[in-house]
Parts: sequence; C-alpha cells; structure tokens
Amino acid sequence: MAPLLEVENLRIELTTRDGIAPVIDDLSFTLNAGETLSFVGESGCGKSMTALALMGLLPDKIGRVASGKIIFNNEDLTQASDARLREIRGNDISMIFQEPMTSLNPVFTIGEQIAEVLRAHQGLSRAAAWAKAVELLDAVRIPNPKGRASDYPFQMSGGQRQRAMIAMALACEPKILIADEPTTALDVTVQAQIFDLLTDLRRQTSAAIILITHDMGAVAEMAERMIVMYAGRKAEFGPVDQIITHPRHPYTKGLISCVPHIVSDMTEERPDLIEVPGIVPSLKDFGQDRCLFASRCAYVTDKCQASRPSKKLFSNGQIADCWHAEDL
Amino acid sequence: MQFLQTTLIRIFYAIVLLVAVLVLNFSLMHLAPGDVADTISQSMGGADQELLDRIRSDYGLDQPFLVQLGRYIAGVLQFDLGFSFFYNQPVTKLIMERLPATLLLVVTAQLLALFLGVFLGVISARKPNGLTSHFVTFMALFGYAAPVFWTGILLLIGFSLHLHWFPVAGMRDVTISGGFWVHFVDVLRHLILPMITLASIFLALYSRLARATMMEVLGSDYVRTAKSKGLSQRQVVYKHALKNSLSPVITLAGLQFSAVISGAVLVETVFSWPGLGTLAFQSIIARDTPTILGILFFSALVVIVGNLLTDIALRLVDPRLRGRS
Ligand SMILES: Nc1ncnc2c1ncn2[C@@H]1O[C@H](COP(=O)(O)OP(=O)(O)OP(=O)(O)O)[C@@H](O)[C@H]1O
Ligand SMILES: [Mg+2]
Repeated sequence: MAPLLEVENLRIELTTRDGIAPVIDDLSFTLNAGETLSFVGESGCGKSMTALALMGLLPDKIGRVASGKIIFNNEDLTQASDARLREIRGNDISMIFQEPMTSLNPVFTIGEQIAEVLRAHQGLSRAAAWAKAVELLDAVRIPNPKGRASDYPFQMSGGQRQRAMIAMALACEPKILIADEPTTALDVTVQAQIFDLLTDLRRQTSAAIILITHDMGAVAEMAERMIVMYAGRKAEFGPVDQIITHPRHPYTKGLISCVPHIVSDMTEERPDLIEVPGIVPSLKDFGQDRCLFASRCAYVTDKCQASRPSKKLFSNGQIADCWHAEDL
Repeated sequence: MQFLQTTLIRIFYAIVLLVAVLVLNFSLMHLAPGDVADTISQSMGGADQELLDRIRSDYGLDQPFLVQLGRYIAGVLQFDLGFSFFYNQPVTKLIMERLPATLLLVVTAQLLALFLGVFLGVISARKPNGLTSHFVTFMALFGYAAPVFWTGILLLIGFSLHLHWFPVAGMRDVTISGGFWVHFVDVLRHLILPMITLASIFLALYSRLARATMMEVLGSDYVRTAKSKGLSQRQVVYKHALKNSLSPVITLAGLQFSAVISGAVLVETVFSWPGLGTLAFQSIIARDTPTILGILFFSALVVIVGNLLTDIALRLVDPRLRGRS
C-alpha cells in the first residue's frame, strides 16, 4: 500500500535580511495511514516550517517551497491551487499549534470556532454544526460542553484551550493531524493529560499523527517512527525503539542522553546526564556543504568539515546522515 | 446582565459629567463681560441705567451667582434653556429646530469616514505596496494638511458652481413638492458635499489606523489558525481579522466625536447648513448668551452620548471588555 503522505527532497527557502536561507534542506519521509511519526530537534531547526509547508501555510512572501514534492493521496500539494489547498486544510490535514493562548480568535466563542470548520467543509447548518461542536468538546473531555461552547477563549485555561484546538482540528475527521508542540506551553500535569487525550483520540479516529515535540518521553510512548532534525536537515530517521536503543547519529545520541529516564527504562542502566555542547548554527549557515553538527560533535573528522554526509541505511530501517554512523 | 449593569454605571457617570459641564459653561459665561441686559438694550438702541436695572431684576440677573446657577440648572433639568432675545424664541425650541440637521450631518459623516476608512485600511493592509495603499497615504497627508473650509469651498466651486451636480447651499429646496422620497433625495443631494467635506478630515485618520491594526492582526496566530481550518480568504479577512482590528478604530472615532462637532461648525458655515453650527456662529456674533450656553450644553450632550455609544460598540465587538466597567 502506498503511504498516505510522501515528502520527497523538500527544500524550503526563507528570504531573510542576510539573503535566502534553506530552512529545510532535502527532507524526505513517508507517513503511513494511522501511524504516528514524531519530529524532534532543538528550537529553530525547522520543525514548524515543515509543518506549515505541509499545510501550504508558509509565511507570506518570506517562505516558499523551492523544490521537492509533498504527495498526499497521489496529489502533489506543492503544485495544488489555493482553492484546492483550502479544501484539504482543516478537512484532510489539520493542525494544532504551539501557542494555545494566542491561536484561538479572542472575539469568537469556542463553539463558533469549531462549528465554522464543519460548516465550511461538511456544509452543515448552523444548528447542526453547533450541536456537533458541543459533541466534540465533550469528546476532548471538557466538562459541561454545552455551556462552555458559548465561552470565549479568555474564559478558558491553557489546557482547555488546547483541548478546544484539538476538537477543532479533529472536527472533520482528518486523515493527518499535525500537532506542533501541543504541550510546550502547558504545565506538566496538563501535558500528560493532553498526551493521554491524543493517544485515545488516535485510537478512535485512526488519523495519522505528525507529532512535533521536545518531549522524548512522549515520543517513546506515542510514536512508531521518528525523525531527528538538525539545522533544517534530517539527522536520523527510523523506528522509535531502534533509535532510542541504538542511535546512529551523534546528535541523536546527545538528545537521548539528555533525558535519562528513557535510556534507563530501555537499557536498565543509568548513564551520567550529559548535554549537547554548543549551539545550533544560525539560519544563514544552513546551506553549507558540510556536516552542520560538526562543530559540536565528539566524533568529528576532517571529512565532516569538508562535505555533507550522505544517507546511511541500516537493515533495521534506521537512516542516519553521518559519516561515522556505522562506528557508533 | 453584567453588560447592562456596566452600561447603567456609564450612563450615571455621563449624567454627572453633564452637570459638571453645565456648571463650568455657566460660570465661564458669567465671568465674561456683558450680560443679557446689555444685549436687550443694544437691540432697543440703547437704554439708561434705570432701565438696565429693571431688566436685570426682571430676569433675576441681580441675584447672587449661585442662585442664578441653581435656577439655570433647575431649568435645564426641565428642558428649559432660557429665552433668546436675539431670536425672540425659547432656546430649547431654537436648538431642537436645528439639532436634527446637525445630527444628520455629524452621524452620516462619521459613518462614512468609519466605513470607508476601515474598508480602505483593510484593502491597503492586504497589499501594503498596492495602489490603494499609496492612495491612503496620500489622502492621509491631504486630510491632515487641508483646512476644512478650504476643502469645502473647493468642492462647492467644482461640483456645485461649475458642474451643477449639487445645490450650493442649505438643506432642502423649498420649491420642491412631492412625497417622502422626493424630499429624501432632495436632502441627500444637499447633504453629500458637506458630508464628504466633514468626513474627509477623519477618513484619513481612520484608514491609516485601520491599515496599521489590520496588518498586525493579519500576522497573528489566530489568523493563521483560521487559514489552517481551510476558510476562504474572505472569511479569514472580513470575519476573523476584521472584528479584531475594529476596536482601535472605534476607540479613535469615539475620541474624535468632539472634533467632529467642531468641524461641523465650520462645514455648516461654508455650506449654510441650517444646523447648530450656523446657529452657534450667529449667536456668538450677536452675543446671545442663553443660546450660546444652550448650544454648548447640547454639544457636550452629543459628545457624551457619542462616547457612550462608542463604549457599547466596543463591548459588542470585544467580549473581553464586557465584564469590566
Ligand atoms: N516568519 C519568519 N521569518 C523569518 N525567519 C523565520 C520565520 N519563522 C521562522 N523563522 C526561522 O526559521 C527557522 C526555523 O523555525 P521553526 O519555527 O521551524 O523552528 P522550530 O524547529 O519549530 O523551533 P521551535 O522548537 O522553537 O518551535 C528559525 O531559525 C527561525 O528563526
Ligand atoms: Mg516550532
């Protein structure tokens, strides 16, 4: 069976003050129906840009898809018209954003903001759309959904707003749900609740999920496969359990050892907590023909500084873009 | 309920403010040299001291200041603003005859400036380098720089004298007879030039503000969310973005209400529009104190009511304001 979504050699360029920078450089991956694929990586590595590109919502006049394909149901979304993209958005592919506090419109009720998606894509009447919105609020476990539907976002807590966002995103039963750090802005107990909710909803709706997160625990729990991004490039890609037990890229190794409990759960031993030294290169250096992680890497050799690593495919399905992947 | 309660509180404050305005106006007029007795004696072609004293005692002008003030306020509370000796009519009647014309001019000009301003602002925010955007910038400059009476006279010369599209002066043509619609069209024809003149001052202001807020709102997270839901461009801009960018413009419009009234005085004078503005102008020249006081009172009333309406409009547009007082 063909994958639900196929991204091929995607390159996204941003026009910045320093010129044009490839914020996503040669990214390829597939997403199967019903699967959860996770994106991890430090702040600024291009996770949100990837998500926005899938939605056709790159920032106006700043970002554009320079080359590559995004194939959804045999249709290349990079070539699709605006009208066609609007049919897909919120209907086949929908998205939950990073900031629940600002992502909902402050001057419309929660119910209206959910109901309008249903009216736009399913042609429901006002009354029917409102009734469905109340059902959806109930499904995301907001107490007293009938009453809360007429509330405005400022009358809700961050966790409740994110639940409302999830209800909105799932309203039309999309095939793909993109969750861009859905819990980053929430406190820890609420984070766990939101992840539980997503896990349950996923079981019920069979939507494929692209989960962007910093939370390696959530990745281990929810995702089948993961992509580790570094400075706009894919560092490592493969099954989550394989990558966590045996990372093939030094950056992945660093990321995982930052979170001791996953490793200890998996391997029964507790290594010292280490950090990845240094910082991500700045956007204007993203295009350089070398390994962008080299300056922070313990395994660096001259080759890493001289040319961009090619893909190494392992028999267990892991792919790592590192000259030394086999040695790790 | 909260909405009603805060609105009632606002109305109460408005009344207190109105009384304060009344006291201040009366005191200021009292301080100015000359009084009604002088006006009357002037209109009679002069009078001796004895006659002046008699007039003063007849009208209570020899009473202490506080007594006069008390009487005036008591009168106003019963809709009695005194008697104009210049026009030989009760001031209330005089003002009530003129008020509709002024309200018509002020309200239509404000609405025109608001709607057109917001519309131009939205269009130019969507294409910041487009033709409309440059037009808005040009107009803003023009609106700031050109004096109202100059704009008015220019329009008069162009459209009334040369092109004969619109009448030169007044509010209706007395020679016209016919049903409601005939008169409606007649008033409209008279209204258009003064309305445009008055609106031109504020149009620039509103469209620039609308443009700035709209640009900010279009880049906001919730507009991105609206797009991510697959809504049409029209819905994203005119539903999600517009409702959020209205508040600053409405606030500004409310603040401008007094400026609109003073603008109306000039515009009415240029176009001989039979409103409070021309009345104010004539009564100041004639030193007709009761009429001037009455007009000041009504201007304050219009401004306060305007602000009250602004407040209500703001709370209709932005639910976050509803709970606050
Ligand atoms: N509107 C924009 N204009 C210019 N540069 C941008 C814009 N949005 C993002 N960038 C840049 O693009 C790069 C990638 O940003 P992106 O938001 O995709 O990062 P991210 O991986 O989602 O990070 P985070 O974990 O902080 O959300 C960053 O360097 C960022 O500074
Ligand atoms: Mg992000």
